[in-house]
Amino acid sequence: MFISNIETIPGKQVIACQGVVAGSTVRAKHAGRDLMAGLKNIFGGELKGYTELLEESREQAIDRMKRQAARLGANAIVNVRFSTSSVAAGAAEIYVYGTAVTVTD
Amino acid sequence: MPNNLVLNITYVLVLLFLGYVFGRRAESRHYKDIVRRESRLLQLPTINGKQPLGDISVVNCTLVRGSVVISVDYFKRMLAGLRAFFGGEMQAYETLLDRARREAVLRMKESCPGAVQIINLRIETSSIYRGAESVGSVEVLAYGTALYGEQPAESGFVPKVLPTPTRAAQPARSGPTG
Repeated sequence: MFISNIETIPGKQVIACQGVVAGSTVRAKHAGRDLMAGLKNIFGGELKGYTELLEESREQAIDRMKRQAARLGANAIVNVRFSTSSVAAGAAEIYVYGTAVTVTD
Repeated sequence: MPNNLVLNITYVLVLLFLGYVFGRRAESRHYKDIVRRESRLLQLPTINGKQPLGDISVVNCTLVRGSVVISVDYFKRMLAGLRAFFGGEMQAYETLLDRARREAVLRMKESCPGAVQIINLRIETSSIYRGAESVGSVEVLAYGTALYGEQPAESGFVPKVLPTPTRAAQPARSGPTG
């Protein structure tokens, strides 16, 4: 499946549009990661646990979006956007959305 | 309870010292690393427009992304606290955000070896909270569309490595200057 964050897939032609598809996931970090983060708050530096957590969540959100697009019979998603919001203390929602389209050469 | 007070002050001073020493070392190390990797990846044009540079024949494209969560150290957070009281520029947080953005863009570039261009670069920043209090860490996400194919002979792209903030390159200073 082709995915891009511009309006088209370069080198391809859009022949049908299936509408907006989206994927989201809400994740909380576990206590071990929080402890490390507490230490890093003194020394400064990258919070690797959080980076990984958000990366995993994003992967999952994209997966869900792709599955939705596939169900609609699309073979590409264009104009993809990411958004992050903290919904509760220690939890974040990752939301990704785009337009499912069918492209051909 | 004077004993308790002394203990508390010592605790804060030790944290400040640790934050200052380790935070400073981590920052200058990180900047060195960023400059080294940026110069290695200079030949991959990254733009935030939607039109590719030059006449490029695209064979494939994918969404690429890179992200990082960086925390500010205890010393800088204290400094920023003072700044918040007096107002003015918060240099401590400026370098933090600069490092995070450049790191995220670098990770994005490194995630797609073989790509000839990355177009429509978008950068998003969000702060991470723990409970009600802000811990002064930020998450930066950089994403764009990587194009694979034939690189145009003449794209007019003349890349250069960005300078790092002067403060990171300077020798250690003593104490907060208000």
